[in-house]
Amino acid sequence: MSVALEIDGVSKSFGSLIANNSISFKLNNGEILALLGENGAGKTTLMNIIYGHYTSDAGHITVSGKRLNGGKPREAIDAGIGMVHQHFSLAGNLTVLENVMIGSEPLFSRKSDQKTARKKLLSISEKFGLPVVPEALISSLSVGEKQRVEILKALYRGAKILILDEPTAVLARPEAERLFKTLRDMTKEGLSLIFISHKLHEVMSAADRVAVLRGGKIVAERNTNESTKEELAELMVGRHVERPIRKKQKFGKIVIQASDIFMKNNNKTELDNISFKIREGEILGIVGVSGNGQASLGKLVSGMEKASSGRIYFYDQIMNNFSPRDCIDAGIGRIPEDRNSEGIIGELKIWENSIIERLHEPNFTKRGFILKKPSQNFSQNLIRDFDVRGATTETEARLLSGGNMQKLVLGRALSIKPRLIIANQPTRGLDEGAIAAVHEALLRVRSMGVAILLISEELEEAVGLADTLQAMVKGRLSEPLTAEDADATQLGLLMAGVWSKKP
Amino acid sequence: MRLERRTHTSTKLVLTAPVVAIFVSLSISGILIILAGVNPFLAYLEILKGAFGSKLAITETLTRACPLILTGLAASVAFKARLWNIGGEGQFYIGALVAAAIGNNLLIGIPILLAMVLVMISSMIAGAILLAGPAFLRLRFGIDEVVTTLLLNFIIILFVGLMIEGPLKDPFAFGWPQSVPVDRSLRFSDLIPSSRLHNGFLIAVFAALIIWTIITKTSFGLKARATGLSPKAAAFSGISLTKTIMIVALISGALAGLAGAIEVMGVTGYVTTTLSPGFGYAGIVVAMLAALHPGGVIISAVFIASIFIGADAMSRATGVPSFIADVIMSLSLLAMLIAIFFTNYRIKK
Repeated sequence: MSVALEIDGVSKSFGSLIANNSISFKLNNGEILALLGENGAGKTTLMNIIYGHYTSDAGHITVSGKRLNGGKPREAIDAGIGMVHQHFSLAGNLTVLENVMIGSEPLFSRKSDQKTARKKLLSISEKFGLPVVPEALISSLSVGEKQRVEILKALYRGAKILILDEPTAVLARPEAERLFKTLRDMTKEGLSLIFISHKLHEVMSAADRVAVLRGGKIVAERNTNESTKEELAELMVGRHVERPIRKKQKFGKIVIQASDIFMKNNNKTELDNISFKIREGEILGIVGVSGNGQASLGKLVSGMEKASSGRIYFYDQIMNNFSPRDCIDAGIGRIPEDRNSEGIIGELKIWENSIIERLHEPNFTKRGFILKKPSQNFSQNLIRDFDVRGATTETEARLLSGGNMQKLVLGRALSIKPRLIIANQPTRGLDEGAIAAVHEALLRVRSMGVAILLISEELEEAVGLADTLQAMVKGRLSEPLTAEDADATQLGLLMAGVWSKKP
Repeated sequence: MRLERRTHTSTKLVLTAPVVAIFVSLSISGILIILAGVNPFLAYLEILKGAFGSKLAITETLTRACPLILTGLAASVAFKARLWNIGGEGQFYIGALVAAAIGNNLLIGIPILLAMVLVMISSMIAGAILLAGPAFLRLRFGIDEVVTTLLLNFIIILFVGLMIEGPLKDPFAFGWPQSVPVDRSLRFSDLIPSSRLHNGFLIAVFAALIIWTIITKTSFGLKARATGLSPKAAAFSGISLTKTIMIVALISGALAGLAGAIEVMGVTGYVTTTLSPGFGYAGIVVAMLAALHPGGVIISAVFIASIFIGADAMSRATGVPSFIADVIMSLSLLAMLIAIFFTNYRIKK
């Protein structure tokens, strides 16, 4: 097999931090190589070096036998390297075609040749099985479709080697599976692919070969059919990591009960007649592709949005009109879906973030003044108890890594001694070590009799943690299914929206 | 070349930013002064002399700085919470007008100190109400407060014109369009004898101290900062955005209104439509140069005041038009905005 891309001894440091330490590997033609590693292992740095965003301190990159000088994206593009970033760089107010053409046309031409471009785009789209409507506005597309446009953009520029940075971070499971199937087909057309990931299951199912990156070094290369998830997990983390296991236990009183909830927003039905209940010591897992009302459900029980009709009880209190503050006072700990925009205020210090939900408590304020010492001590304890790394109470919260930020949010939610926890996508974007820590914390409070609403698009996570499962499809919620009864077929049917009205 | 978010912004860097910004604005203004046929170093020396060269000059500069401190505080409080109050000018005028109206003869017979406090409180309420309207429109209907507060300035100044030609016209002013005066007894006494610098200056400095305490030490201050930095996260953590922004608006409007009252009670004694040479707008520059820090506001207010006072003297000595002061002020705002950006980001190759 001929070599499409060769990385030879690439090193890069930022100050005292060695992000890439003499990395070498090869990508064969028509191959899918996964670059597996935890957050901070140096994956993104390496990709940026290959794409010419960064200049490497040492080593070089060879594409189809030609060595690159490095440091210029234009050179990488001309050599046939295409990059699909985790966060898309598309202009929402332009059409698919216009977005694809941007950057591959001369800047000062009098008019753009949309006709030829359209033909070229459609032929690429057909060849690689990536259907698009060239005239559609980007802002009207779903996340999966936007990603398709990003891939087409790279192909349009003549990419032979595609690099995808965490391509499934924004996709739901079925969308991700569809993507990998498409990528597989694309290799048959002569493309070579590298995708960056920290999700073991997709590496195992989608890649031919995997290179494991840890602490800036390649620690192992494996053919996926000769390795196991367990082995890769250990290689990636550097030690043995196991997700904690749920033990059976008796449930107590009903903590939260929602019946016949509707929620309408701008004439769109977000929640369509949903009902659920959670008892003390029970975890209810809401599974399903996100974007089907999960966000609204999370907001509803966090006090951020109100139901249009229906009733929710928290113990024997009606909580339909709870504000976020009421939720906190009642003992509802909340982990928001997006920790960066809702959970944490990056520019505030960690201690300020720690107490921000509890500014009305006499422990932290007196006559309107913040008691700084007790607040800092409290924050210090959170950092210690929840193993928030790389921070003091005086650090700005934005400097925390995703996992540590989530531990802080989790710690804050658990510190109010909650009776109910709303965990909305609690492990999204976290690495294995942090996932295990979050799971462990949730199971620990469950054993203390706390009820937990777990909304997760990670099926494995929901099945592993939840006592009871309900699927959410198009704003509707299925009948509950106990974890014991939940086999793959049952769940598959539920998630596809196939359930009878009454069981 | 690319921009990268700094992981840490040192105090030194924060303090350097305004210095660099002012240096840049003086350099560019220097070119204009050369075009006017004068040695810029000489011109700046004259500005310095004009602003700080004598006891009288210093008191004049501080007198000018007094309202700027208050309008600067008004802007910085509002901007902290991302409430874009551009209406400091209107709030200043309404505060001034109310001070004249109430301080003229309504409070006769009340102990003087109490009467003075009542006048100031009335002006603060007037300023607060004036900003409460736009804040309410923003919170309830999403109407951009930049537009409403800015346009209100013109309405208020015209309203002041209407009042001082009509019901509040001073009958003893020989037909000049000026308001009835504040009662002599309610005027501030001199802070420094035989100068225009009055005790109102102490109130302005004290206000800065109070605002600093509110912003940094109280839970309301934390709520206001959180609201400004991330409304979504603030709401999620149980902070009422409506309540927080409304209170911020009341504080901000009150400060600008107070500026108007103190200017009338301390300097002029009455209101005209030219009472403010743009104190409200200059307050925005003052706040930005101070990076919204209440203590910094005092320093930047003195700086802006010295440019204006000094420019008049420089203009007399060298013939360079005193409008150069406006140029320096505007350039320093632009330079500061860029400097603030570079305290948060750095250039990387």
